[in-house]
Amino acid sequence: MVDLFDFESSNNNNDDGKKIYSVSEINNEIKIILEDSYPVVWISGEISNFKTYSSGHMYFNLKDENSQISAVMFSGYNQKLNFIPKDGIQILVFGKITSYVQRGTYQIQVSYAKEIGIGSLQEMFEKLKNKLETEGLFDHKYKKQIPYIVNKVGIITSKDGAALHDILSVLDRRFSNIEVLIYSVRVQGNEAKYEIAKAVEYLNANYKDLDVLLVGRGGGSLEDLWAFNEEIVARAVFNSKIPVISCVGHEVDFTITDFVSDLRAATPSVAAEMVAKNRIDIEDKLTMLKKAITEKIANIIFLAEEKINKFKTCRALSKPYLIYEDKMMYIDELKDKLVNSIKKVYEDKKSSLQTEIQKLNLLSPLNILQRGYSVCFDEKGSLIKKSEQLLKDDTVNLKFSDGTVKAKVL
Amino acid sequence: MKKNTFETSLKRLEVIVDEMENSQLDIDKAMKLFEEGVSLVNDCSAKLDETKKKIEILVEKNGKIEKEKFVRNENEN
Repeated sequence: MVDLFDFESSNNNNDDGKKIYSVSEINNEIKIILEDSYPVVWISGEISNFKTYSSGHMYFNLKDENSQISAVMFSGYNQKLNFIPKDGIQILVFGKITSYVQRGTYQIQVSYAKEIGIGSLQEMFEKLKNKLETEGLFDHKYKKQIPYIVNKVGIITSKDGAALHDILSVLDRRFSNIEVLIYSVRVQGNEAKYEIAKAVEYLNANYKDLDVLLVGRGGGSLEDLWAFNEEIVARAVFNSKIPVISCVGHEVDFTITDFVSDLRAATPSVAAEMVAKNRIDIEDKLTMLKKAITEKIANIIFLAEEKINKFKTCRALSKPYLIYEDKMMYIDELKDKLVNSIKKVYEDKKSSLQTEIQKLNLLSPLNILQRGYSVCFDEKGSLIKKSEQLLKDDTVNLKFSDGTVKAKVL
Repeated sequence: MKKNTFETSLKRLEVIVDEMENSQLDIDKAMKLFEEGVSLVNDCSAKLDETKKKIEILVEKNGKIEKEKFVRNENEN
């Protein structure tokens, strides 16, 4: 056997019977040992020095804090990757160790790889999300109303971050009379979650008059935003008595904090808009309402004045005699009507009386005499109706229409 | 709560405007509504003007957290 610790002596004593390898021989032997020993291996590490050759094969190193190993993933295998490999990504690979004799190097020949950074964060996210959801922390009944008017806003973010800059810019642009209290925290790294949670608690304990808290940060990788997916932060936000608007990253970024907050804003700028816009809208609305009632009352007064003026100039007040004249005319008219109708009644009666007289006339005996008849009376004046009442030599009176004559029966 | 009062005031104000606009009011009633409306507007404006813009930051000093005026380190106003 080769004594590994006797390198010096073996080097210096080439021909004392010890086995001497050629470079090829040793490399070949190592290749066999390596490949036999590690036909199947899982390695986790971070990708560095990643390149894809025109052949489609991928070459990169897998590294951790202290060491690295070359890796190759041939195109036949790397077609099946479900992530885009790039430097800095944590992956888990499966493959075998191979050695390249010509260069005396070894590498892992990867046949399967998966992203573990994202994978595990995603898993943690889902796990916590499910847990808090089951506990009811996302329930609508716990969502506090963001006050209609925000006078004082607390901002929990990094004082040097883009989020604060964006929020203050919006508030500037909106000219809003809002008091801002900033609690600067680290928004990434291991300490971030503690600082954010502490800030929420501190403001709740010491600045109860804040109307709303904005909790968030600007955009970044999932890892950068991770603090907002931590349970301690989620619980602090949930327990906040002051309503919380979460504003983490960009529109597409959803964090656990977003689920427990009372309102989620897509970005810090949007959160600031929410806080300021309502206020501006209300200011505008107030101005408008004030204008409306002022105009309306002016109008009502104007109409009332007009009405009074109309009364003042109306005939009854300005020319009361006109009313008297009117009435007189009316009375005259009535009188006229009355007289006419009485006249008519009189005329009617008169004409019917005439008719009756006429009828009487027709029946009068005088009338008959006028038509040429005469009546005969005896001397005593009794009416002779039959010839047998008369004898020869009786004197009779014959009455004609125009007079009476004495006559003797022959 | 104060905020509620604000909202109620604003709602009442809307009702007043509505009433003044849509119904035939006698002038006494209109004047009463107007007076009420103006006082509501003033209340609401006062609430809005309660705060002036200011920006402060909490900083830790000797283990105590204190408020300070926030100075932006950017070339903005």
